[in-house]
Amino acid sequence: MAEHARVEIRCSGSGGQGILLAAAIIAEAAAALGRHVVQTQSYGPEARGGASKAEVIISEGPIDYPEVQTPDVSLVLSQAAYHKYAGDTKPGGLLVYDSGLVELDPGDDRVVRCGLPFTAVAADELGKKVVTNIVALGALAAVSGILPVEAVRDAVLSRVPERFRELNEHAFGLGLRLGQEAEPVTSSAPQTA
Amino acid sequence: MATVVNETTPAAGRKPVLLQGNEAVAEGAIAAGARFFAGYPITPSTEIAEVLSRRLPEVGGTFIQMEDEIASIAAVCGASLAGQKAFTATSGPGFSLMQEMIGFATMAQIPCVVVDVMRGGPSTGLPTEPAQGDVMQARWGTHGEHSVIALVPSSVEECYTLTIEAFNLSEQYRTPVILLSDALIGHMREAVVLPDPAALRIAERGMPDCDPAEYDTVTSTLDNILPRPPLGSPFRVHVTGLVYNRRSGTPDTSDPAAAADLGRYLREKIYHHRDAIVRVEEVEMDGAEVAIFAYGSVARSAMAVVREARAQGVRVGLVRPITLWPFPTAAVERMAEQVRTVIVPEMNIKQMSWEVQAAVKGKAKVVDYGRVDGKLITPDEIFELVKPEFYYHKWEER
Repeated sequence: MAEHARVEIRCSGSGGQGILLAAAIIAEAAAALGRHVVQTQSYGPEARGGASKAEVIISEGPIDYPEVQTPDVSLVLSQAAYHKYAGDTKPGGLLVYDSGLVELDPGDDRVVRCGLPFTAVAADELGKKVVTNIVALGALAAVSGILPVEAVRDAVLSRVPERFRELNEHAFGLGLRLGQEAEPVTSSAPQTA
Repeated sequence: MATVVNETTPAAGRKPVLLQGNEAVAEGAIAAGARFFAGYPITPSTEIAEVLSRRLPEVGGTFIQMEDEIASIAAVCGASLAGQKAFTATSGPGFSLMQEMIGFATMAQIPCVVVDVMRGGPSTGLPTEPAQGDVMQARWGTHGEHSVIALVPSSVEECYTLTIEAFNLSEQYRTPVILLSDALIGHMREAVVLPDPAALRIAERGMPDCDPAEYDTVTSTLDNILPRPPLGSPFRVHVTGLVYNRRSGTPDTSDPAAAADLGRYLREKIYHHRDAIVRVEEVEMDGAEVAIFAYGSVARSAMAVVREARAQGVRVGLVRPITLWPFPTAAVERMAEQVRTVIVPEMNIKQMSWEVQAAVKGKAKVVDYGRVDGKLITPDEIFELVKPEFYYHKWEER
């Protein structure tokens, strides 16, 4: 459907990985910049596990249909979510995934791939797996360029309680550096992470 | 009596905020003056209770998590009788449990608001997925002849403004008002610019303008619905679910004329004011040959279709009821005179489409389209219904 120029982002993973918060933060950043933005989510009745997704649409004009059909950018944090949700990514779009948790199907070269070890970085360098989503957000902000990095960082900090501010700032910074140093793969050459 | 309506035009200079539909309901209720909430959390309405458990104490209000939904609406009725603007929020299974007391509130003319964030059903159904399967339950869920007001938001902004309107209508017409949100709208976040609180028009309850000693001898008329005085005031009130004498309020089940008087009044109290209550948004209906009748989240998909169709020079319009009950009969009749086809996509099977057909009276073709899998109907699906209605349009050349 032709509308105003719009960017669609899908974050997916399993329940408990902070997918929803990641999407809400992206939406918050877009709202602060005065963009039209809609964020939706889809998850099962379970509190943990299962494949869940949260989506963001950012547009210069009003957003009618609020759901994402072919994301321009996909963030994938689990194998189940990769199989369930990543296949809709727009050809030539960007797939950012956790290289420690997700193994791409052979020949999946329709999209630009960027695998980074978000969970491992959160666990090993910060000792807190719980900030995996914030590490991923930092990388996503750097690699995708959908929003100014500063806007995303501000949105992260506005969403977290004061006592976790430093941890999240650190997590975002680590992710940002991962993203800046990453070399997304566009050819059909085998991906190494 | 003029209906208080808040236009959605935001005050200039106010900044957009990212708000979830359920959060907007909670904030709208507080802006409307609601200071009592009793509820039992249930997906996908839980955030309303969650936000209010924090926000209501901040504004001097009361939040109570009750043991179940029956107790919740009973507490709401009690609080309203004591003079508070009160409400509850729930979803399918809880809405079913509340039906008896919604009838009591209708009979006893207790202003209150019930928010139903619709999810897939029946029973436990699809707890996290949206549906529109409760639209007829909102109309006829409680037993007996009665009328009801139900509003249906299709954006986060409307979750805010229509919650305020729901309270205004409930106060003005002394009746329960139902806000029919759904899992998609309730959980969705949007950047919205809320109206300036100082510019909002809020219906206050007030007191009857008669001598308390004469209260049980005066009667509300259709054009002068007396406010309900709170329990404990100098006014003597009698509250009952039985048929009662409209003057004294005391039960009277032996006089058919009194029962008819009350029964007719409870219905006409709403329908006499239908023109003031009912709100419908019409988009691109100028010269439209085909209309899409869609409400709530589905209206957003319909809107995308109208924009796309008009961009291609195809005359499609949207008729979006904001008030679902009373049914916007006049708007549908007008639409039926103009278009040759009305398409009714909804996340149930034919529930409102029957109602549309009844109002269209054969003057246009009615095409229904339903989905009950917990997924929002897409613009593409609606477009496929539009195309056959313009068989002469050269779709392929575009």
